[in-house]
This record gives sequence, structure tokens and C-alpha cells, in this order.
Amino acid sequence: MPDGVFGEGRLVRWTLIALAVGFLVLFLVLPLLAVFTEALRRGAEAFFASFDDADTQAAIRLTLLVAAIAVPLNLVFGLSAAWAIAKFEFPGKSVLISLIDLPFSVSPVVSGLVYVLLFGAKGLLGPLVDDWDFKIIFAVPGIVLATIFVTFPFIAREVIPLMQEQGTADEEAALTLGASGFRTFLTVTLPNVRWALLYGVLLCNARAMGEFGAVSVVSGHIRGLTNTMPLQVEILYNEYNFVAAFAVASLLAGLALVTLGAKSLLEWRHGDALFPARRH
Amino acid sequence: MSVAALRGWTPSIAKPSVLPGFGLTFGFAVSYLSLIVLIPLAVLVWRASALGIDGIWRVATTPRVLAALQVSFFISAAAALVNVVFGAIVAWVLVRYDFPGKRIFDAAVDLPFALPTAVAGIALASLYATNGWIGALFAPWGIKIAFTPLGIFIALVFIGLPFVVRTVQPVLQDFEREVEEASATLGAGRGQTVFRVVLPALVPALLTGGALAFARAVGEYGSVIFIAGNMPFVSEIAPLLIVTRLEEFDYAGASAIATVMLVISFAALLAINSIQAFSRRRFGHA
Repeated sequence: MPDGVFGEGRLVRWTLIALAVGFLVLFLVLPLLAVFTEALRRGAEAFFASFDDADTQAAIRLTLLVAAIAVPLNLVFGLSAAWAIAKFEFPGKSVLISLIDLPFSVSPVVSGLVYVLLFGAKGLLGPLVDDWDFKIIFAVPGIVLATIFVTFPFIAREVIPLMQEQGTADEEAALTLGASGFRTFLTVTLPNVRWALLYGVLLCNARAMGEFGAVSVVSGHIRGLTNTMPLQVEILYNEYNFVAAFAVASLLAGLALVTLGAKSLLEWRHGDALFPARRH
Repeated sequence: MSVAALRGWTPSIAKPSVLPGFGLTFGFAVSYLSLIVLIPLAVLVWRASALGIDGIWRVATTPRVLAALQVSFFISAAAALVNVVFGAIVAWVLVRYDFPGKRIFDAAVDLPFALPTAVAGIALASLYATNGWIGALFAPWGIKIAFTPLGIFIALVFIGLPFVVRTVQPVLQDFEREVEEASATLGAGRGQTVFRVVLPALVPALLTGGALAFARAVGEYGSVIFIAGNMPFVSEIAPLLIVTRLEEFDYAGASAIATVMLVISFAALLAINSIQAFSRRRFGHA
């Protein structure tokens, strides 16, 4: 790029790069470094000892359980919604698409609040739930519900535009050749959207395991029972048990890094299959 | 005969199609959407409507709630503004220049989406505390960052960072260089070309990204509470006040504040949609 009229001069260019890199280092790299530094402050032994705690282990198990329920449910929803929206014409379609994105514009705290209003002790259905001797709020079902709510759009919003782009010709061909509807879905539609599906699942899972605000409102913070990993981080931190708090946090940060790495790899290797509309 | 008749009769609102499964998938998707999202949100609106408009107004204008809403609103706006400026620079640098480590920085932009907010919160709090790496640099000057409104600002800049970069990047990528060359050929200096030709085309994306960052920041909870100090009237954000009200079993109060926040975020959403509609008309892209 020649200097002057067609591009920026060397000085301007490197000043802008320095500004951008400085901003990213300050706001992204340093916090990440801080997590791992604080976790290892007292050495590797103290780091690993943090995971010897029964409550911390229970929190890790609960986080895995919640993600294992929420992600598959949202996956089935995403595929159903995408099939109905992309393969058929019906009135109100654009309204349905915007309603799916609704949870993204709701504060996490409000996402938890709506379930307390519904199932809490003084909630709308609270007495009914009580009669059945079943706990939702301050128990695992509430945590699962709140997690499903905040991760609701992730998979659907990746799959819907892609399926819309691909149209119905492939499926019609398969049906004409005698395949059943279900077989067509499994062998034609699913392979066509597999990378977008994986992409959505990755993002959905990261948010499901890391959600704090919504889960915090419905959990009740009962040690060993209703604490997920992010809530355990909060409790340990508020007890000034910094090494343990950052040790658990470093697991979540590791998950975030793996998610980002896999996401970049997918965009790089399968970008055309992911966002056909965005490329040429 | 009745079976055949049943098969022929499709209770569908969709246009006829040879593809099967509309009833099943549409039915499941809409039921799931209603159960998980629509009905719970409707309950919130119903709860709040029991208070009436003046009831919500009374709750929203009590000094402590008003202070919290102001803290959330103004600091979110300031953080969004910083993200618009730096997001534009970051997007520009990532699209136009080559430098070592560019790929990694590009991937890192999404970190605030992927990192759990509680983790971000304690990391920022430890960095900006008076004995932290960054806080210690400012402490000798008598500037406290963590546990003040400044700390909230830092957390909200972090959380909103990807929005502007990711909305501006694709627009900049698709921007035709020929337009810039034409501008240069017609005698414009580089500065004139950038500010009078390129920048106006980026304005809708910048506004959209800024509005998205703002909407996210207003509702943000996890990353803020660790660094905020959470002093009523000074550094207490609106989402935290909802949690406090809930812990006092004041459901009505919590619903009223939540409704005000929903209105703010829907207003932001509406603004985003109008910007995009305008941009499609004016520039042919969103």
C-alpha cells in the first residue's frame, strides 16, 4: 500500500495498530493472565488442593449436569424451529424469528426473576409446586430452567439462516427417490448444517456452563447442592479464599479458551459452510 | 377410509409442501418457546401491571432505585461510547493492516462472550484493586478504580467490547476500495477520504454496535458486582437492586425495576432495528 493518498502513512498505521493492540491487551489479555496468575500464586500444590474440596467437586458435577440437560434440549428446539422456519412458508414467520432472539435482550437477573415469580414461594404456581412436594426455585430444576432461558437462541440462530439459505431442493430430491421424511432429515438435512450446529452447540455450552446472574437468582446458594461453578467462584472469593476461587475460575477460563479456539478453527476451516451469505 | 381421510387432511397454517414434519416441528418449537420464554416473561409483565403505571413510576422514582437506574444508564452509555471509538479502531486495524499476532487478536475479541462473567468480574477486581497490577499504578495519584463507579465502567467496557468490532468488521470488509480510490483521484487527501467517504458508510454499523453494547451493559450483573463496591446511591447498579429486592421477598418492587429495565432494552432494540432499516435503504447493507 503506497503512503499518502491511497493509504495511511507508516506513522499513522503503526499508531493505530499500537492503540488497538494496547486496548485489547489491557481489556482482554491482562484479565485472562490475572486469572491464571492468581490461581497459581501459592504454587501448583495449592492450586490442585483447591479441587480436593467436596463442595467444589459438587459444583463441577452440577455444572456438567445442567449443561448436559440444557444444551441437548436447546439443540432439539433449534433443529425443530429451523426445520419449520426454513422449509415452510407460513404467516408470522418473522415474528417467530425475533421472538427466538428475545432472551438475548433480557438482563440475566431478569431471566432468573421470571422463574422466581412463576415458581417461587410467593409465585404464581408456587403453592401448586409446594403441594406436589417438588422444589424448583432454590433447587436444580430452577437452575436448569434459567440456564435454558439464557442459552435459548444460540443454536437456533446459527442453524435457521443456514437452512433458509440451502432451500428445499435437496430434501425434495431425497423424498422423490423414496426416502422417508425422517431419513431425509438424518441423511440430507443434518449433514448440510453440521458445522453450524457444532458452532451453535459450542457457544451454547460455554454460556450454559458459565452463566452467573440468572442462575444466582434461582439457586439459593446451598453449598454442595445448588452451587454451580460460577457461584462457587463467588462464594470462595467472598470468603477471601482467593487461590481456590481463581483455581475454579481458571477451569472456566480454560473452557472459554477452548471454545474460542474451536470457534476460530471452525470459522477458518468451514467458514463457507457456516455463513454462506457473508462470503461471496 | 377414515385413516386415508385423516392423512389427507393437514391441519396446517403453512403453504402446502411435499416436505413432511411441519406440524411436529412447528408445534414443538412454539410450545417450547412459550413455556420457556413467553409465559415466564408474560408473568413478569402481569405482576408489574398489577402495580399499574403509577405504581411502577412510584417504585422507579424512589431515590435509591432512581440512583441505581442512573448509575446503570449513564455508565453503560459511557462504556458504549468508548467501545464505539476503540471498536472502530480495532475493526479497522484487523481488516486493513497486517501485523504479527493479528489472527490471535482477532479471535480474542470474542473473549467477553466466552468468558463467564463471574470470572471476568474477579479478574478485573484483582487487576484494578489498589494492590493489583493496574490499580497499583493509579493508587499513588489517589485514584481508586475498583469499588468505585470507575470500576463499573471498566467492567462494562470489557463486556461490550466485541459488539462494535463484530458489527463494523463485515461492513468494512465489503467496503469497495474503488470508492476510496475514486475519492483520492478526485483530489481528496487520505484524511478527507477516511472521514468523509469511509466513515459515513460505517456510521450505521457503529450505531448498531454501540446500541448492542449499551443494551448488554445495562443488564450486566456478574462482571460488575465484584468490582463495583455496590454502595447504594454511588455504585449500585439496577440489576443488583433487583436481586436485593428479591432477597427481601419484595416481588412487586423487583418486578417494577425489571419492567423499567425491559423497557430500556426494548427501546435500544427498536433503535437498532430502525438503524438497520435505514441503513438497508441508504447503503444496501445492514
